[in-house]
Parts: sequence; structure tokens; C-alpha cells
Amino acid sequence: MAVTVKTFASVSEAAGALSSDRSARYLGGGTLVMRALNEGDVAIATVIRAQDQALTRIDASGPRVTLGAGVTFARVLAERDLAFLHAPARSIGGPAVRNMGTVGGNLFAPSPYGDFTVALLALDATVAVAGGFGSRDIPIEEFLQARDRQAGTLVLSVSCTRPASSDAFRYRKIARIKPKGGSVITLAAHLPISGGRIAGARIALGSMAPTQIRARAAERALEGRSLDAATIAAAASAAAEGTSPSDNALGSAWYRREIVGVHLRRLLSGQE
Amino acid sequence: MSKIPLQFRHNGRDVAIFVDGGTNLLVALREMIGDMTPKFGCGQGGCGTCSVLIDGELHLSCLTLAETVGGRSIETLDGMKQGPHLHPLQRAFADHFAAQCGYCTPGMLMAAKALLDRNPSPSRDEVVEAISGNICRCTGYEPIINAILAAAGGRVSA
Repeated sequence: MAVTVKTFASVSEAAGALSSDRSARYLGGGTLVMRALNEGDVAIATVIRAQDQALTRIDASGPRVTLGAGVTFARVLAERDLAFLHAPARSIGGPAVRNMGTVGGNLFAPSPYGDFTVALLALDATVAVAGGFGSRDIPIEEFLQARDRQAGTLVLSVSCTRPASSDAFRYRKIARIKPKGGSVITLAAHLPISGGRIAGARIALGSMAPTQIRARAAERALEGRSLDAATIAAAASAAAEGTSPSDNALGSAWYRREIVGVHLRRLLSGQE
Repeated sequence: MSKIPLQFRHNGRDVAIFVDGGTNLLVALREMIGDMTPKFGCGQGGCGTCSVLIDGELHLSCLTLAETVGGRSIETLDGMKQGPHLHPLQRAFADHFAAQCGYCTPGMLMAAKALLDRNPSPSRDEVVEAISGNICRCTGYEPIINAILAAAGGRVSA
């Protein structure tokens, strides 16, 4: 079925068109929307595009990093100032997918995809969205919890604070196929250290629930402690708490629950 | 529903076609231009056999909305050989038995060209990474990797 494609010069016009049409989807890199069209998704009657340069802007010079929603993973990888995001960007797709897929689109990628969003969740990112009533900032966790209802909102950018050191932010994607494969589990940890103790621990998991989630019990086990063997063991044993993984071809829910603690322990103890 | 006019460069030649709204670039290339070298595999971005270069960058044509390529330059496998002469990558694929059923080959060659255009002497790991979005179910990848390395090293029969 042919769809109507509407291209706008500004994000505000695109946001208005998107919020006023329930059958409209915003086209970013195409890896989700074109896939749905190829599969004959009749729920999509209108495709919205915006050619606004604001969507492809990267501001990585200061302590606060902002990525336009239309920034591709290939561009993240080409940016030396974004080294802390290179591991999650590199873990996505092959080169063609990284040339196409965008930071904004990844927020909508269903499990077992959406690895970059796992990293952003651990970094407490903020999502700037434009709806019918202007733009606003939403904490990424809140955005993800209401993701099913976000189809009418246009994501403008995501921003996060740069981790204090390369050791403070860690990322790992567990896949069966190397170097490219869907996620069995994706883990990201942000561990700011203050006076030798962890202050503001964030552990984010992908493929452990319908959307990317925080492992709050593991975060509690880390908070205010030093990253020693006993703390790591406590966090690992709490890793599966509150998760609701599902079965798919890459792994069963049972398997994911069994191994999430193992991989969290390896991530926290710096094991390869 | 009205057709959308679309102009772009296809292997160095200007083309003008009309497409339906929502048509992907793969369908436009195969059905409207008659370039059958990019193949339909999965339609999901998982297999890579529809890979083409858009302004020199590797893209999946099945996930590219055709009307987004207006004014841009598209390269497909059809434009790779130089007159009667195979491209060194094509020669290397033949010499190293890198094609068996051949369905992945157009995408593999475009992914390899995208790599060598930027990095003329890649390491083996870089070759593996460059074709990591392309699935081959026949060869086990080793002959493909060896062919790309041979083409990069100039170790290809004339």
C-alpha cells in the first residue's frame, strides 16, 4: 500500500504533523519505519520527515553532551570527543546500519534492539521532544516507560553528562554472533566515585524487559560502597530483581535471568 | 495516489523516474531502472544483500525511502566493472571462490568497496567488521575475507 510522505523544513512543522495524525510515523534512518513498511504494516499511512539541521547537530565540546536525534552511529564513532559512547555505537548492526540508524530512532527500537539507549539510560540522559504544544525535556527513564504512547512525539535530541573517567562508564553487549548479532543481554553501568565510594550508581539493562530498564536492586547494592569483591557479588546477585525478560530465538527468559548476574559481575570487575 | 518524480545519479548516469509514496530504493532500482544487481533478501536490514553506496557511504537500499535519494549519487554492483574488465574485487572474488550461490555477492562486493575506498590496506579484523552486516550461508566467510584482502594487497590475477 502506498503511503503519503510529507517532508518539512523545520522540526516544529514536522512535530505538528506527527501529533495530529495517528497513522503517521517519523522517518529517521529508516531501520525501523522502512522495515515496518516492507512488512506491510497497514497502521502506517503517513511518513513524516524533517530536514532541519538541528536534528543532525552534535555538541560534544563541554561536560554536557547533546546529540541531535538524527545523528547516526557512524557519526558518533567518527567523533573523538564521544569516545565514551563508541562501544555502544560500535555494538549496533554492521557498517550500513550504523550509517543509517540514528540516536533518536534507537529510543524506539524494541527488544532485542535498542543497545545505544541502554547506555543513555545508565548515563541518566534527557530526551528533548517536540509535541503539539512545543518542546520539553523528559528524563529518559520516564520516556521509555511511556514509549508505547510516544508515537506522536518527535524526538529532537538526547543529552547526558560526560562520565568523569573512562572507568566510570562501562558497557557490554552479550551476543551469540560476533562481531554482529542481536542482544542476549546488554548492560551499561555508570559508577561515579566520590571519596572512594560510589555515589549515584546507575545500572541499565537491555533485553531484560519490554523496554530498557534500570536494575535498581543492583544499584542499591553499589550505592555508597567501594567497588570491592563483596559489593560486586551483592550487586550481581541482585541483578535479576525486577526484570521481566521474554523468550526469543537468541535466548530464553530463564537463561537471561540466570546469566545477567554473571555478566554484571564481569562488567563491574573489569573482566573481559 | 499521485506518483513522485525522482532524479538521482545511478552509476554515474542521471536517471529520472516516478515512484509511489513509500517505495524503497531497492524496488526503485530493480523495477524502475532495471538494475537487478542489488538483491532482496530479508527486507529488515539483517542480511545486507541489497547494499548500495549512497554518496560513497554504504546503505541498505531496502530500508532507504526512494525519495530521500533525490540529487544524490547511487553506486551499485552494476557500475563496478570497468568496461569489459572486472573490478579487482570482482576478480578476487572469482579467484578465491568467494561466491558460491552468489546471492550475497552483490552486497559483499559493495561492502568491500566501501571499505577499500576509505581504507586501501585494511587488516583482517577490519575486513571482518566491514562485512559484518552481510550474511553468507554458503562460504563460511573465509574465502570472502581472503578475496577482499587479496584485492587490497593487489594480489589479484589480471
